[in-house]
Amino acid sequence: MKFQGVSRRFGEVRAVDDVSLEIRDGEFFSMLGPSGSGKTTCLRLIAGFDRPTSGRIELHGRPADRLPPYERDVNTVFQDYALFPHMSVADNVAYGLRIGRVPGPERIRRVAEMLDLVRLPDVGARRPAQLSGGQRQRVALARALVNRPRVLLLDEPLGALDLKLRQQMQIELKGIQERLGITFVYVTHDQEEALAMSDRLAVFRQGRIDQVGTPAEVYESPATPFVADFVGISNILEGAAARAIAGDPSPFSIRPEKIRILDPRETPPEDSCFAPGTIREVVYLGSQTRYLVEAEAGTTLTVVEQNREAVAIDAQAARGRRVLLAWPRARNRPLGRQGSGE
Amino acid sequence: MRRRPVAAFFFLRPRLTLALLLGPPLLWLGVAYLGSLAALVVQSFFHLDDYTGRVMRRLTLATYGELLSRANLDIVVRTVTMAAAVTVATACLAFPLALYMARYASARGKAFLTVAVLLPLWSSYLVRVYAWKLILAKEGVVSWFVEQAHLTWLLDRLLAVPGLGGPSLSVSSIGTFLAFVYVWLPYMILPVQAALERVPPSLVEASADLGARPLQTFRRVTLPLSLPGVAAGSIFTFSLTLGDFIIPGALGNSSLFIGQAVLAHQGTAGNIPLAAAFTVVPMLIMAVYLIAAKRCGAFDAL
Repeated sequence: MKFQGVSRRFGEVRAVDDVSLEIRDGEFFSMLGPSGSGKTTCLRLIAGFDRPTSGRIELHGRPADRLPPYERDVNTVFQDYALFPHMSVADNVAYGLRIGRVPGPERIRRVAEMLDLVRLPDVGARRPAQLSGGQRQRVALARALVNRPRVLLLDEPLGALDLKLRQQMQIELKGIQERLGITFVYVTHDQEEALAMSDRLAVFRQGRIDQVGTPAEVYESPATPFVADFVGISNILEGAAARAIAGDPSPFSIRPEKIRILDPRETPPEDSCFAPGTIREVVYLGSQTRYLVEAEAGTTLTVVEQNREAVAIDAQAARGRRVLLAWPRARNRPLGRQGSGE
Repeated sequence: MRRRPVAAFFFLRPRLTLALLLGPPLLWLGVAYLGSLAALVVQSFFHLDDYTGRVMRRLTLATYGELLSRANLDIVVRTVTMAAAVTVATACLAFPLALYMARYASARGKAFLTVAVLLPLWSSYLVRVYAWKLILAKEGVVSWFVEQAHLTWLLDRLLAVPGLGGPSLSVSSIGTFLAFVYVWLPYMILPVQAALERVPPSLVEASADLGARPLQTFRRVTLPLSLPGVAAGSIFTFSLTLGDFIIPGALGNSSLFIGQAVLAHQGTAGNIPLAAAFTVVPMLIMAVYLIAAKRCGAFDAL
């Protein structure tokens, strides 16, 4: 799957702006970005629901920008699932096979196989309206996978599910992808989801891609301030504050969980950046506590600590305390200019 | 906080509030509508004494026997055939426009088309029917066009078909049909459009995504999901045609429709029981039609 300088404009709005991208066979590829960043438009361009204003799209080495959706070896799991309400679950799953004139006995076998795969063997006779959100999600997945596509497109498929179900489905989806070995292109605005599931991911901003890489690369070495901020929480330091703390005014980011909170009388370890300050806000999150520390260098830093021994009362009592923040200098990530591309 | 004694009074008495809200419409429906309907059905079981010319207030099936006479059955069959033909034609004409309005038109285009569909309803129905009389008359616009196209022979041959034709389009079943299709078309377009608007575009995309070409998508997804709208529209066109007496009077050949028969029997002839029996016919037909539509799954997608 290849994008070469693909743009899609709606009037004056550049929904997708000169995107070049290559997705390899069999990989779990995520498109991550805030709403309106062009990731769903990219997916629709791959599916063929929309055509690029300019640029080329290749599918399996063949130019695809003129192919209608029904001639592409690609299937989609829609955000609203798009199950046909007037058909039973089994008929929904069988739809693509029926259109493709797969003979009856084989069709029935493959539908049953798929419903097994998504662990819904007993709902074939029901209507989609009689299923829960999570079940509908699985039916939508089965309906797309039964056609054995080479690429499966998923448009925020877990967006409507509650947190527990979403985490469970993340693991299941990843398992299915590994078992079938087909390419998944996964659109999401949930950075945790993208980090948890992807082999590689692209971070979208305003129709452009800020960074493509493995989850570790994107998280540990964000290419732009936007990526640093959007993927996880980052403290971004620049100018006077950066000079005061790191001795250099060029911008860098530091992750909140890399920072340790020390007593102001302690001496920080070798090769550390450190910043004295005062704890201004304490947000108790159960397993962790997030502190907002006003540093004397003229900036506010977010620090996250696991509540290994501390309990809520200890955390709350920290408000207003003077502390010394310290972190290994090697954890500082220099940032490029905003939107400089890959 | 300001006290609102009236609001508080009703807040504490939800049943009274409900009764006050539902009372007037229920009275209207119950007494004025269902009551007169019951009176009508009862009347249809009375009989007109041919000798004295007075209605015999005794329950009998004699009037229904009269309804089943050859001449009266002809009227029923003619009306039902016309209603069915008009319904099919309006559905075929309405569907493409409704689909365009629901799925492809811009917001302004849709507003324009909606007004264009509704605009004819603002002018008197009689005016429009008589306008058709002029359009279809022997010396009217349509004959002039046909003549210019050197197709007069075709029109003549069409008018020579027994049952359909007549001396000119304005006094033929074809003329009646054209006027019916014209006046009832908006009643088909609007419900079909409403039904199509409720079909999420993602379903059409999903169908294409699963390999269906546009015609397959239409047959398997769009059409079945819009059938409730078509059923609703056809209830309008079918029942309105069944009951109408103006269009066949103004534009038909002299053979009667149910509406005209009702008018004639309860007016000049004073045969209220037979008029009532004629009125029961469309109600029965509509009941059968609705049951058939339900059996065929027209409402499954609701």
